[in-house]
This record gives sequence, C-alpha cells and structure tokens, in this order.
Amino acid sequence: MIPAQFDYVAPTSVADAVAALSEAGEDAKVLAGGQSLIPVLRLRLSYPSVLVDLRRVSELRGVREDGNELVIGAMTRHADVITDPLVRQYAALVAEAAGTVADPAVRHRGTFGGALAHADPAGDLAAVALALDAQLVAEGPGGRRSIAAADFFVDYLQTALSPDEVLVEVRLPKLEGQWGVHYEKFNRTAQAWAIVGVAAAVRQENGSIVDARVGLTNMSSTPVRASAVEAALRGTSADGRSIAAAAEHAAEGTNAPSDLAGASDYREHLARILTRRAVSAAAGV
Amino acid sequence: MTEELDAGMLATEIAEHPDALSAPYGGGELGRGRRRKEDAKLVTGQTNWTDNITLPGLLHMAVLRSPMAHARIVSVDVSAALEMPGVIAAYSGADLAAEDGALPCAWPVTPDMVHPDHKPLAVDEVRHVGDGVAVVIARDRYTAADALEAISVEYDQLPAVVDMEAALAEGSPLVHSDKGTNKCFTWPFAAGDDYEATRAKADVVVTRRFRQQRVLPTAMEPRGVVVAPIAAADEYTVYSATQIPHILRVMLALVTGIGEHKIRVIAPDVGGGFGSKLNVYAEEVLALVVARKLGRPIKWTESRSEGYQATIHGRDQIQDIEVSATKDGKLLGLKVELLADMGAYLQLVTPGVPILGAFMFPSIYKMDSYTFSCTGVFTTKTPTDAYRGAGRPEATYAIERIMDELAAELGMDPLELRRRNWIKHEEFPFDSICGLTYDSGNYEAATAKAEQMFDMTALRREQAERRERKDPIQLGIGISTFTEMCGLAPSRVLGSLSYGAGGWEAAQIRMLPTGKVEVVSGATPHGQGHHTSWSQIVADALGVPFEDVEVITGDTDSSPKGMDTYGSRSLVVGGVAIHKATGKVIEKARRIAAHLLEAAEGDVEFHGGTFSVKGSPEAKLSIQEIALATFAAHNLPDGMEPTLDSDYVYDPENFSFPHGTHLCAVEIDTETGFTKIRKYVCVDDIGKIINPVIVEGQVHGGLAQGIAQALYEEAIYDAEGNLTTGTMVDYLIPSAADLPHFDTGRTETPATSNPLGVKGVGEAGTIASTPAVVNAVVDALRPFGINDIDMPASPERVWRLLHPGGQRREASGTVAYGGVSTSTTSGGAA
Amino acid sequence: MTRVSMKVDGVVYEDDVEPRRLLTHHLRDGLGRVGTPIGCDTSNCGACTVLIGGESVKSCSVLAVQADGEEITTIQGLSDGDWHPVQKAFQQHHGLQCGYCTPGMILATVDLLKNNPSPTEEEVRHGLEGNLCRCTGYQNIVKAVLSAAAEMRGEQPHPGSFRDADDKTGVSA
Repeated sequence: MIPAQFDYVAPTSVADAVAALSEAGEDAKVLAGGQSLIPVLRLRLSYPSVLVDLRRVSELRGVREDGNELVIGAMTRHADVITDPLVRQYAALVAEAAGTVADPAVRHRGTFGGALAHADPAGDLAAVALALDAQLVAEGPGGRRSIAAADFFVDYLQTALSPDEVLVEVRLPKLEGQWGVHYEKFNRTAQAWAIVGVAAAVRQENGSIVDARVGLTNMSSTPVRASAVEAALRGTSADGRSIAAAAEHAAEGTNAPSDLAGASDYREHLARILTRRAVSAAAGV
Repeated sequence: MTEELDAGMLATEIAEHPDALSAPYGGGELGRGRRRKEDAKLVTGQTNWTDNITLPGLLHMAVLRSPMAHARIVSVDVSAALEMPGVIAAYSGADLAAEDGALPCAWPVTPDMVHPDHKPLAVDEVRHVGDGVAVVIARDRYTAADALEAISVEYDQLPAVVDMEAALAEGSPLVHSDKGTNKCFTWPFAAGDDYEATRAKADVVVTRRFRQQRVLPTAMEPRGVVVAPIAAADEYTVYSATQIPHILRVMLALVTGIGEHKIRVIAPDVGGGFGSKLNVYAEEVLALVVARKLGRPIKWTESRSEGYQATIHGRDQIQDIEVSATKDGKLLGLKVELLADMGAYLQLVTPGVPILGAFMFPSIYKMDSYTFSCTGVFTTKTPTDAYRGAGRPEATYAIERIMDELAAELGMDPLELRRRNWIKHEEFPFDSICGLTYDSGNYEAATAKAEQMFDMTALRREQAERRERKDPIQLGIGISTFTEMCGLAPSRVLGSLSYGAGGWEAAQIRMLPTGKVEVVSGATPHGQGHHTSWSQIVADALGVPFEDVEVITGDTDSSPKGMDTYGSRSLVVGGVAIHKATGKVIEKARRIAAHLLEAAEGDVEFHGGTFSVKGSPEAKLSIQEIALATFAAHNLPDGMEPTLDSDYVYDPENFSFPHGTHLCAVEIDTETGFTKIRKYVCVDDIGKIINPVIVEGQVHGGLAQGIAQALYEEAIYDAEGNLTTGTMVDYLIPSAADLPHFDTGRTETPATSNPLGVKGVGEAGTIASTPAVVNAVVDALRPFGINDIDMPASPERVWRLLHPGGQRREASGTVAYGGVSTSTTSGGAA
Repeated sequence: MTRVSMKVDGVVYEDDVEPRRLLTHHLRDGLGRVGTPIGCDTSNCGACTVLIGGESVKSCSVLAVQADGEEITTIQGLSDGDWHPVQKAFQQHHGLQCGYCTPGMILATVDLLKNNPSPTEEEVRHGLEGNLCRCTGYQNIVKAVLSAAAEMRGEQPHPGSFRDADDKTGVSA
C-alpha cells in the first residue's frame, strides 16, 4: 500500500527541526528511521501533514560518555548501538535488547530514540530504558529538558514529548562492576514483537543480590517496572530458589493487554517465568 | 542430522534402486540432480513478474473494498474521485454490472448446490471484508490509491455470519438472503458395510472434533494482472500472476462474452501459488472489462494486506470423526462429518475441496465400513478454495490424529496400530474402501527407513526419562503415515465428480533444424522447475544434450492447450504427456532413419540419441541430423509430412498415490507452552524421480507449510467478521529461524499407472507434516491428561491446556491412557 | 516534489519525487530497476531488500527522499559479469524455487556474510529472519549461505555442498 501525501523537511540541526515542528503544528510527525512509521503510513493508519526527517541532524547520532553517564544520541541506529564498544561496556542490556529488535535490515534503519519515542509497549527498548532509569532529553522551543523514563512513557504510543519537541539523546547511568544483565524475549516467531519481554540487571556482592532493575515489555499500555520483584531480590542470595520466589511478584502492578498475541493471564504467567529466567541469567545462576 | 548421514542414505537408496538412474531410453538424464535452468534470471533480478510489465499508456486500477463483513450498499458516489487530477475513470459495481458477468465456480458438487451470484464488484450487498465495491483508474498507482479515498459509499450494516454452526442454526442471519439458507450443499458418501452395524461390533470407539483453522496461502508474489487491449479489434492480452492461464482464458471468455480466440493469456514469471492463484478472480475480470471500455492498458497489483482479504483462504473445516476398532487394534469403521466454510461466495473450486478430501480419510488403512458427509456453509468471510493439498491435508490430519488417539485408547504403540491396519505391500494393487485403486506402495519400507533415520528407540528412552524426572522440557513423538491422490486426474473420474473440466495435459515437441528442441507444455510453472525437469525428460528420451532443450509454458499463444498446474499433477500428467510426445518423435524419426540408411525399419535401433542399423554399427544417424534432414525434406519416405514435431494430449488412467512416513519429535517448554521441533524425519515414496534436487526442495517447502499450519498460522475473524490477522505483523509466517533442519529420505516404489513410474511431490510434505507435528505435541502432553489441541498449537494454547483454571496440571508420570474400554471417548483436555 | 540524487547499481540518478514515494517504487517505477520485488506492506517479508551503503534495508520501508545521496545496490547490480558467490551458491544448492524472495534473500546474505564471514547454521537462520520464503522451507537457503561463506573465505565448500553441477545424488551428497 501507499502512503497519503505529506510535506517533507530535512533540517540539519535540532533547532531547525524544532522550528519545523512548531511551524507545522500537531499534524507533523518526526521521521527517525521510519521502520515503524512508514508501515503505518503505508497502511494509511496515520495522515501527517509534514514529516520532519532527522537524518541530516548529525548531532543526534553517536554514543559518548559524560561522567557517570552514557549518552546515546536519539538517531543512533540499532545496528550501531549493538556494536558500540561503550554501550557494550556500560549498557550491555541495551545492546542485548537492541539485538532482538525485528531483524537485521530493520536494525540498519531503526533508531534508538525513534523506538523510544514511538512508545510501543511491545517494543523491546522501552522496558530497558525504564529499568535502567534512563533520562530522556528533549528539545523544544523553550530549550532542553530531561524526562525520567518513568515519566516519559505515558500511554500506548504516547509519550511526554509535546508535538514540537524532538528527542535528542538518552542518558543512562553507567552500569559497571558486578552488574549482570539479560533481556529475555518471548515471541512466537523470530521477527515477531515480544508477547512479553523482561529486561533484568542485577548487582551481586558476595553471593547476594544487592541491587536489581527489572523492566517488563508488553505488560501494560506502557513499559512497566517490576518494582516488587526488585524489592524482593534486594538482599537475597543469588540462588535459583530465591530468584524464583522474587519472580513470583512479576505481574504485580501490571495491566497486561489481551490481544492476538496472548491474553492477559497468560502474559502475567509469562512475566513470572521470564523474569525468573532473565534474573537468573543476569545473575549467572 | 548430519549431512553425512543423508549422503549415506541416498547412496544406499541408489544401490538399492539402480534403475532409478537409468532411463527408459537409456539417456541417463532421469534421476539426475540438474541445477535449474530457471535460476539464472531469478538470482540476477531479470525476472518478468506481472508487476514488472509496463506498456505505453498504462493505467493503474485500484479496488475500493468493503470495510464491513456484511452490509447493504445504499449508495456509491465516485464523482469526487473523478474530479481528481490524473483519475481517468471510476466505476461502482452498478456501473459495471452489465459487463462484468459473474465469477465462475466450476465444481457444482451436487445438483442442488446453492450457487449464489458472485459479481466481480458488489452491486447491492457486500458479504465479506474486502469485497470489491468500486474501482478507480488513474495514471499511476499513487493517484489511484488516493482516489479510492475520494469515493464515498453509504452502507446499511447487516449482521455478520462468522461461525459455521451458528450459520446453520434456525434463525441465523443469511449471507445470501435470496437463497433462504446458509447451507451450500450436503455431499454424502458411504462405502463398505453398514456403518452402524459395524460400529456395534467394535470394542473401542473414539471420537474427536478437529478444527482445520483457516489459513492464508501467502504466495510471496502478490497477485497482479495487466491487460493490453487492441480495442479496435476487440482483442486482449491478459498478463496474470496465475497458475492457470489456459483455464483463465476459457473462463474470461465465458464471463465477459469476449471471444475466446480474441483473448491471449500469459502467465509471466509467477512467484508461487500454492493454490491461491488457481482461480478466476474479480480483478482479472475487472481489468479486462475496464481495458475494453477505455481502450487503454490496465494494471492492477495487489498489496499484501489487500490480498489477505481478496485472495482465497485455505482449509477452514470442522471435522467430526469417529473410528471404531477391535481391542486388538483392527479398524472396523470410520465416520466423518465435515462442515466446510465456503466463505461468502464460491470461487473456482471452493465446494470441491472438501470433496477431494472425502476419498482420503481412509488413507492407507483397511476397514469394513466408511461413511462420510460434508456440508458446505456460507459465512461472511473471504471465500476459501484450494490451498496446497486441497482437502487431502485436512483428511490426513483427521485420520492420523485419531489413529494416535485410538492407539492411546488401546494402550498400543501408534506405529504398531498403523502396521496392523495398513495395506501390505504384497496387496497392491489395492482397491480402497472408497473405490480408488492404489496402484503401488510399500508402507513397510518407508516406515522402516524413517524409524531408522529417526532413532526412535533413543528418543522414546529420552522421553521416558524426561517424564520420569518431571523435566520442564517434555518430549513428544508424532507419527504420520499418509497417502494422497495426485495427478488430477482421469477426465472421466472428474466428470463423475461434477468437476467442470478434464484432467488431461498437452505437450508438443518441436525439432528445430539445428537439432535444438522446443518443448511446449500446458503445465504452467510458478516455482516448481518445470523447465529443468521437462528438459531432462526430453533429453533423456531423445538423447539430445540437456542444454539443447528449451521449454515453453504459460502463454496461450505459444502453448495453446493445457490444464495448468495444481494438485501435484504437472509431472504425473504433463510430464508423462511430454514423455509420450517424445515417443512419437522417435517413431517417426526411426522411419526416416530407416529410409536414409536404407534399412528395414525393424532393424533400426535407437540409443543415446542415435539411430543405427542392427549388425552395421557404422550406419547411423543422430536424431538431430534427422531433424535437419526433415527440415530440408529432400529425401523423405514417399508421402511423409516434412516435420518431426509431435503433439500428445495425455489423459491419465488413474490417480497416483504417493505415500510416506513422517516422524517428528518436539520439545515442549511446559512453563511457557513453547513448542520447538527437535527432529523431523520424513521418508517419502513418490515413485521414480526426475530430479532429486527439485524433489528435495518440494519436500522441504511442503514441510514448512504443513508445520506452519500446525504451529504458527491462523486467519482469525472477530465476531463482527473483521480479519484481525490482516497483515504479516499478525499472521505469522515462519522464518528460517523458526523452522528446523529436515532429514529427508526416499523409498521408490514406481507408479504402475504411467510409463515414467512417477507419482508427484508438490503436496506430500504439506499433507503429512501437520499431523506429525500435532501428534508429537499431544504425545508430549498426554501424561498431563491432555489428548487434543487445536491448531495452531501456540504456546498459549499449550499453556492453557496445562493450566486449566490457572492451576498447573501434574503429570501422572506414566502415559495416562488406560486399557481397552468399550466406552466412547471424546477429545479435549480430560 | 523533492529533488533526490542517488547512485543505483553504479549509475547516478537525479529525480524530483513526491516525499511519500517509497524507495522501492522509485527503483521500480521511476528508474526501471524492477529486479527488486515487493512482498508486503509491513516490512515483514524482506523481498524488497536492497543494500544502502552496503547494508541491507527493506526498500519498501524507506522513502526515496531518505535515500538522497546514498549508494544503492540492487540484485541487478550485485555482480558485473560473473555472478557473486552468493548468487552461484543459491543456484548450486537449489536455494530458490519461485524466486520471488530471492533478490532480498541474496542481498540479506551478502550483508550477513560481510558482518560474519563464518556463521554457524543457527546464525544464518537468525541472520535471515527478516526474509520470508514460502517455497523452500529455508533448508537449501541455509546450505547455500554456508557454502557461499566458505567459498568467500577461500575454503572448500562445506561437506553438505553439491560438488558437481549435475551430480546424481542430489541435495544431500
């Protein structure tokens, strides 16, 4: 199928992109890699008046360190995130989850920021950003602001970004040392969206789990944090039985959808099983 | 499984069947793994797909489709579309009603079959989501897509009819209100002893209700059509991504009233079909009618999501099956009652699909009594029609599933149960209870070989160990021993089944002066490699180089006669026709050789492409030299026509009956419900083979589609009749990462009903694999008291069976089936 | 209309295109490079895969304007004269039947082998998970990819390879 008509601009700076969005009003859409947006346009599920393409905004690409933070430019492609040495060192969970997004060709076009701004709760990266307490930096007419991941994902395909804001970069606290990570994705076919996914990071000291971050994919209209699991993990010994007990809390506070991919009770069950597996893998158990 | 074992198996096979590699005329081409002639253009992107065709002045057609399952059309207003720049024309169904005829159904299975009118564009009422309402014609496809949105249609919504049983219930809303019923037909069949009397003698009766979910064929190339008119002469060239250019030509003539001789149909390179392009579609008729009206060439290309609504669907049956047997496992009777979902209309062979299956439920087994009935039902869904196997996969699924259930009920090894009931190799030819004559087969040999490749003993041991230790990963083993009827078919048999056409196939051999050979075949390929296989048959028979043979297909001008490609018939009917045509060439060439060599015809021998005189080996002429001599025609026998060309139209004398044994081991993660195929072994007996490389490919692809039905694919409609799996995002086609390595083997029991000894291979994998996989899934779950699962066996379905009411079932530790009982058992989670 | 310039299979083209024009339609309808087919509308099937800057992308999910200034390789430009080893391997191992997925499958393979010259069977299967085939069941595609990889590494084809173009033993020799 064929998209409806729209206008197109390809600014070369964030400021110009913001200006273009401000001018275009609410019917404008930002085009990052387009791997979600273009199929939506082809199916005519969306009729933007203008696409503001960020491909020429080179400042949005790349990964850098900033003190205790790792900064991933919003237009950094999944393929680059996966292989980036800094990401692999300080945010291996991001690299691992990005490696499960769709398929290689999509990962050559799709971007880290684009995936987060699309805010599909079935997307793999939002749960990771949430689990890692990412800060999402947006620029709008009034300048830049930083939005905690917990506040960024508002609802199904809805974020805290206003229509004239551009997601610029994602700042992640570096995870180093005794942190172990794992992303456990469950789907029916390899390129399908996750029915449920679990992003886990755990830090151990002397055989005990001293810190844990667990984010859930597709367990609500937004990614959700499995806070009860995290609380149960903290201070327990890193063994199979303790992890399994903690994972039993995985569905608490979720609001899992029922759709073609799975009913909510099945998703809740999967969340518990996959959380046990993800945390166990992250803990090396 | 390792490659080395495969090689060993094949080496053994060749040692066992040295004749597999010899040719009837000793040409050495048969059984040879030739690489395909077709591939050069395909791997370099020089293919001629229908959508690649462009013509001067070409216009693009787009179809506005109903968003509702069922509604009365109050009004269609195309005026705004007509005002858009670049829009040439726009028509509602009413605008074209006098010209576009009605789409044909060529298989009226009963005299009283309800056959509703099926207009290419709906006029008064739409009856499924995707039913065409209007068309626009524009200068390019983008403009056409935009113009669709400018057409306004007012609908008066009517109730959807989604469920077959509800559709048959008193008071159901009607899909076709003028017909007074949603029942299309009931087709009964009975054979052997009285069923009830036979059943009364049984120790065990097992019943099940199986559902053949609706599936979307999904050939990788979407459909498309281009019509080039010469308006002044009322002549048309129709390019279509079709499996059936010859049938399409006849039908387009009948539907539109244009003279058949004024329509040329070309199937260019066609990217897969699997039955979905075995049809006469609305868009083919519409493009022709509009091209005629406008005098301009018209192109229509389907998008995938459009095709999911507008191209036929497959399967969709409810199967109530009952089998009765003695306590030592002898089958007595089989009863089958089908509901078959026709969808909203009858496409080309919609009602015939379940009827083809009727003859295959008894499969390879002997029994005393068989009774069958099928009721076709209209619903407000996309029409169903032939999908790879067409009726036979459904039948094979039901019988192979219930054989496993009967084995479980009897506490008997499922292979042993099959052995006790199948036709023994020494009993061939065997008249099945349905009256089919199975000409040849050796179920024992195929099964023995499969067991050996599978290593059944080790897998059963591992299964027992996993059950014993209550491993979260449980192992299941599934069996499917199958046969199918291929090579559709003897024309008189088709006639007796009320099919609208014959089952013959046409071939022509043309000997060119330079010794090259053109082969014209009515069988029209869309991925099967006909051009390679046909070249081998001809090279073998005529003793000419493989490279010297060119195959011509898919154009009613250059290949004027044919019945096309479906039902695994190409080789068994079309290939045999070619083989027979070569015989005529040789016999005529022999007469010319005798004349030129001044020898008696009876003394002229033909071997390796050369005619020689018995006793005088130096006196010889190659068939290619004779082709030149015939072209020159300077010295032919008196009165002989100066041509070596020959035609043959072959009408098969029987169906062919490929068979095989498929064994599948699955691992089920009982925590998530996920099923992974651990090992898949199949041994197919398709008779003699022409090209082992192509055969292997056909088997692999068939397995993939059958496994996909078992585990992944399902077209789902909601209560309002919306197709909720309307794109490839939701309709799960397995990728390379989702499918296992297949271990394939062959036994070779030649068909006796044709001179090549071939049986056909296009559908075998699809037919056999679905029950093998589901039997394996059920086998893994049986200790949990589970004895059936609906397809696809999705993780969620497995999980729900394992967790009724959210509570996890415990395995009994041993297999949960009890001994012999006289009670009737029925399916579901016990 | 937006002016775009791109090099496709070695030739630079400049055109005015509607911003909404899909790259795949630009290639097919605009430039006549019809070797790249279209199989779906949701970027699932991969039939339309081309290389942009040497990387596999699904050209149905890229706008022509997004390819401005890029260098694109389609199946028609993959080889010049002699076939690419991947093309040869697909024929040699019968890695195609109808051939509709083949251009995309071959280009996805070229990208896969560039990043991983020695893939395992499992890596090949996952590396091609974005390219759907309905004919082959993928087994011979996987075999072709492994064989092409070996050839491109300068090694003997792996034991599962066909050795002769017309061997009599078929697929598993």
